[in-house]
Amino acid sequence: MLTVNTSAATAAVRPRLTWFTFASPANFYRLAGVLGPLCGAAALALAVAGLWMGFFVAPTDAVQGEVYRIIFIHVPAAWLSMVLYVAMAFWAAIGWFLNARMAFIFARAIAPTGALFTLLALWTGSLWGRPTWGTWWVWDARLTSELILLFLYLGYMALVAAIDDVRRADKAGALLAIVGVVNVPIIYFSVVWWNTLHQGSSLTMGRQQHMASTMLLAMLLLTLACWAYAFAVVFVRARAIVLEREGDSAWARALAAKTQG
Amino acid sequence: MQWHSLSEFLDMGGRGGFVWGAYGTMLALMLVEPLLARWRHRAARTAIVERIADEQAARAAGVPGDRA
Repeated sequence: MLTVNTSAATAAVRPRLTWFTFASPANFYRLAGVLGPLCGAAALALAVAGLWMGFFVAPTDAVQGEVYRIIFIHVPAAWLSMVLYVAMAFWAAIGWFLNARMAFIFARAIAPTGALFTLLALWTGSLWGRPTWGTWWVWDARLTSELILLFLYLGYMALVAAIDDVRRADKAGALLAIVGVVNVPIIYFSVVWWNTLHQGSSLTMGRQQHMASTMLLAMLLLTLACWAYAFAVVFVRARAIVLEREGDSAWARALAAKTQG
Repeated sequence: MQWHSLSEFLDMGGRGGFVWGAYGTMLALMLVEPLLARWRHRAARTAIVERIADEQAARAAGVPGDRA
């Protein structure tokens, strides 16, 4: 009687999933093609829920009036600006030490979205500061270190774009990203270390929150929306960078020819 | 719900310019960024297709394709 080892046959047909499966540009490209739209849809749904909560459920602030509603987008933008920088530096470091191609691609794909959130944090903060503090801008530690973060993002993007050799550009950019990560704890703790006009953290883990629960929920929903948005855009941009770099590989040529019809 | 009319909602207690300026900028930039990323993706795909077409044309003309 003929017996077939089905598990061995299956393993031969389907590649085994490991930690390194998606380090392959081809595998990552396919995965990101599925995850990108899902994250985009999640971002939209969370944003609608957060905006509804923020504008129609959360009450008027007793001290600041309606202008406090800017914090529903200012705080998530500020958090994302820092977290994305750490993520960018992390992937740049992985690329530097392990010479992993996809890690450099992730670092490059994250940078513009991080810069966008930093710009939005500064801009929305300024629009909140004018009616609340009476000024658009002050050179206090929190605002200045956040501005430096924007320059770090822009410097990283300018540096990698200015060097023609992709590998050299990746390594030079990685060095800048890794050195610049020291600015992130400075931003976060600036309100503790120095006497700043900017108030302390809006949320502190493990402590009772002083914000109304509906305000808190609106801010958290919009934070999740920003997270999902960042994932979606980074996936799309990373796919573009993969195609730019893998244009000569058989899988990319087959895929481009197929999608072009 | 604390708004009694659309104009009251848009006015945001006299701070509408600040509130809608913040939300409007965020919305505009978050609409533009994914579009730019998608265009970059499409451009990368088109560049590969054009390279394949150039190589096929060169091969048909008897000239060795340049894939450098």
